[in-house]
Amino acid sequence: MNNPIENLNKIFDSRVRLGIMSTLMVNDEINFNDLKQLIDVTDGNLASHMKSLEDSSYVKVNKGFIGRKTNTTYAVTKAGQKAFQQHVAALEQMIKNIK
Amino acid sequence: MDYQNQPLEDIRHIKNMMERSSRFISLSGLSGISAGLCALAGAWLAHSKISLYNFEHSTLFNDDRGTYVFKDGVYLLINQLLLIAALTFTAAFVTSFVFTYLRSKKTGIPLWGKASIRLFWNTVIPLVAGGVFLLKCLQLGGYELIAPGSLIFYGLALINASKYTLGEIRYLGYCQVILGIINLWMTGYGLYFWAAGFGLLHIIYGILMWVKYERVINNE
Repeated sequence: MNNPIENLNKIFDSRVRLGIMSTLMVNDEINFNDLKQLIDVTDGNLASHMKSLEDSSYVKVNKGFIGRKTNTTYAVTKAGQKAFQQHVAALEQMIKNIK
Repeated sequence: MDYQNQPLEDIRHIKNMMERSSRFISLSGLSGISAGLCALAGAWLAHSKISLYNFEHSTLFNDDRGTYVFKDGVYLLINQLLLIAALTFTAAFVTSFVFTYLRSKKTGIPLWGKASIRLFWNTVIPLVAGGVFLLKCLQLGGYELIAPGSLIFYGLALINASKYTLGEIRYLGYCQVILGIINLWMTGYGLYFWAAGFGLLHIIYGILMWVKYERVINNE
């Protein structure tokens, strides 16, 4: 019997990254400032977590402009969706095992 | 211990983040209660105006061709009723806005965010369409359609809005639509249906939502 903990995704260990992914799963795209407000973290903190999600190619970044201001938006990739679903499935499995 | 609760906590966190980012969940139950009370007050005021009027004049008379025509006095009454309706709507809107504003401060979710803008448009579109339709009804003298029409369009707006805020508002919408449809066949009782739909149903919904979502937070 395989241990569901092995199916947990290390990248989603962090609450912030888990929150980012949850948000992106239900929104087509979301910009940096809205995300920052939702997750309630500092600029630097959010940027570093986004970087690690980008590096795993779970999110794609779109850098644009609104007037002169930069407007960075994020969206989840196919790989990201799949990884997130597997992580949630593993969590569900663990809860079932506890019961 | 912590290890056992971790997956459940994670799932809760995911659910919470999904809801916060996609739905406007700061809609306060107290808003429903205050809007309902305003509607009841408005209906009571309208009712007293109407009964006062009936003592003095007869509302309708039969013209030569057998169609009913309004006496001049009734237009004054209609203007008064429209004024009451406008005041009621304004009072209901302002008070419910205040309670939802206070709640959004408590939950820390901006009142004017992506989720609330989406909620706003999806509520306003059916409401404006209904409003225009009912204005045309007024113009054509179809006064008996106003109460059922406003209930039906308001109910449809709520059903549409339920995808973008607390999902339970869908049931309030269903009830309003059903009341409106029944009212179509009991046109003489428009004001009572109006009071039941905009007054009582709002209050009941508001209390249920307050008990379900806000009382818990207050205790924490």
